[in-house]
Amino acid sequence: MAYSDKVIAHYEHPQNVGTFGTQKEIKAATNIGVGLVGAPECGDVMQLQIKVDEDTGLIEDAKFKCFGCGSAIASSSLATEWLKGKTLDEGMDIKNTEIVEELSLPPVKIHCSVLAEDAIKSAIEDYKQKNA
Amino acid sequence: MTVKLPIYLDHAATTPCDPRVVDAMLPYFTEMFGNPGSRNHSFGWAGEDAVTKARQQVADLIGADSKEIIFTSGSTESNNLAIKGAANMYAKKPAGEKNRGHIISVIHEHKAVLDPCKRLEKEGFDVTLIDPKADGTVTREMIEAVIRDDTILVTVMWANNEIGTFNEIPQIGELCHDKGIIFHTDATQWVGKMPTNVKTDNVDLLSLSGHKIYGPKGVGALYVRRRRPRVRIIALQEGGGQERGFRAGTANVTGIVGLGKACELCAQDMDSERERLLGLRNRLEKTVTDALDVTQINGHPTKRLAHLTNISFGFVEGESLMMALKEIAMSSGSACTSASLEPSYVLKALGVGDDLAHSSLRISMGRWTTEEEIDYAGEMIIEAVNKLRHLSPLFDMHNEGIDITKIEWAAH
Repeated sequence: MAYSDKVIAHYEHPQNVGTFGTQKEIKAATNIGVGLVGAPECGDVMQLQIKVDEDTGLIEDAKFKCFGCGSAIASSSLATEWLKGKTLDEGMDIKNTEIVEELSLPPVKIHCSVLAEDAIKSAIEDYKQKNA
Repeated sequence: MTVKLPIYLDHAATTPCDPRVVDAMLPYFTEMFGNPGSRNHSFGWAGEDAVTKARQQVADLIGADSKEIIFTSGSTESNNLAIKGAANMYAKKPAGEKNRGHIISVIHEHKAVLDPCKRLEKEGFDVTLIDPKADGTVTREMIEAVIRDDTILVTVMWANNEIGTFNEIPQIGELCHDKGIIFHTDATQWVGKMPTNVKTDNVDLLSLSGHKIYGPKGVGALYVRRRRPRVRIIALQEGGGQERGFRAGTANVTGIVGLGKACELCAQDMDSERERLLGLRNRLEKTVTDALDVTQINGHPTKRLAHLTNISFGFVEGESLMMALKEIAMSSGSACTSASLEPSYVLKALGVGDDLAHSSLRISMGRWTTEEEIDYAGEMIIEAVNKLRHLSPLFDMHNEGIDITKIEWAAH
């Protein structure tokens, strides 16, 4: 199956790979929100972390790790790029369709973009819950 | 070390034609193009001679009599003809009724066996699909345990196409003969690689394919036993009565010549080729498993084809692994592109966890695979797995001692 150039670019040079600490550390950090979505048996697991500047309320940094196909990796890499510098509300507004469009994902890979949107929402919710 | 890219390591999917096969075929396209059914001129006789010779070459490879070979378009057709043809011939009741007879097969068979069985189920036959053992093998005892009074047909593949594991075919055949049950084996991956003797291996019906053994695509054969017992099948394709009425249609003379030559070459070189490929396979498996932890070689450790290995790599996903290895042609256990999100049903049948079944590679070597290619592939696989593990949240969890099977995943 042919991948778009953008998917290949993200896959070959994924942006913002990593984590802000061990699972334990990031759970304890109140300025970090984590989204862990997908399931190993479905062949896709995304972990998205946002670091929020507590003074400005902006997402100052984002990192991801992904177990999944090339499109899943590209979708999560793109999500971290888009999140940086956004407010939480702006982050919540990112739609999977925008990811589909940006990466020219074929129909069979739309679930990858849905997963990325879920990961974004889940990371922001996690941050909000920690700071409620 | 220079290696020409891309490297082809997907010989279980198909093989290149041996140039000697192509040479044998060429005259039959343009010079000796006669229809073997033309009984009254030399063009027809030349065609018939060619088909007769090829029939003998195929028969010799599997220890059959040439009269027992029916040419088909490949293993899918051979399987359909054998399974549907035998079921309908030995049916206990006529079409339209229920309980027409019991058929036994295995859940990790090729779809070209499973789908005909499903069709027969809709047409009033009972089908039992057994699970293989965790090492992928199927034994005589496993078949014996599900045989019923009304069992008419057992179909078990000789070697599995995804993991290369082979089954107790001679023993299962013996059992079937004792019980008066027809025994078919899909030997597509086995024939030409391993010594075969349908007589002493107790096989009644055997499917084989040209393009898996360095012959052309679009040609295969079905062996139909003529003695002890004489096996009868009902033809699927009707017309001019070719192939003794088992398979009507003008013979694919060029393809049949190619298949015959391919069989002859396999018979000549099989043992030395197997020895060489086994060395390469062991080398590759050692390189990869020495360098990477949490890997698993699927299937039986020894009872498997020498040229094929199926390796699962924990914490990485198969399709992205293939993407990283785009210069190496292999198969992935992942069926992600089919949109089903289902990992390999063969690996699942072995009880391989979903996480590992999603990240397996089937690597199958062939007649022209070199040590340099295998070493290069090994290095590339190690590099790719390491790269993807660096990206994988599951690998982090593993390293932190978190059991990923204990997490409540939201399946999507």
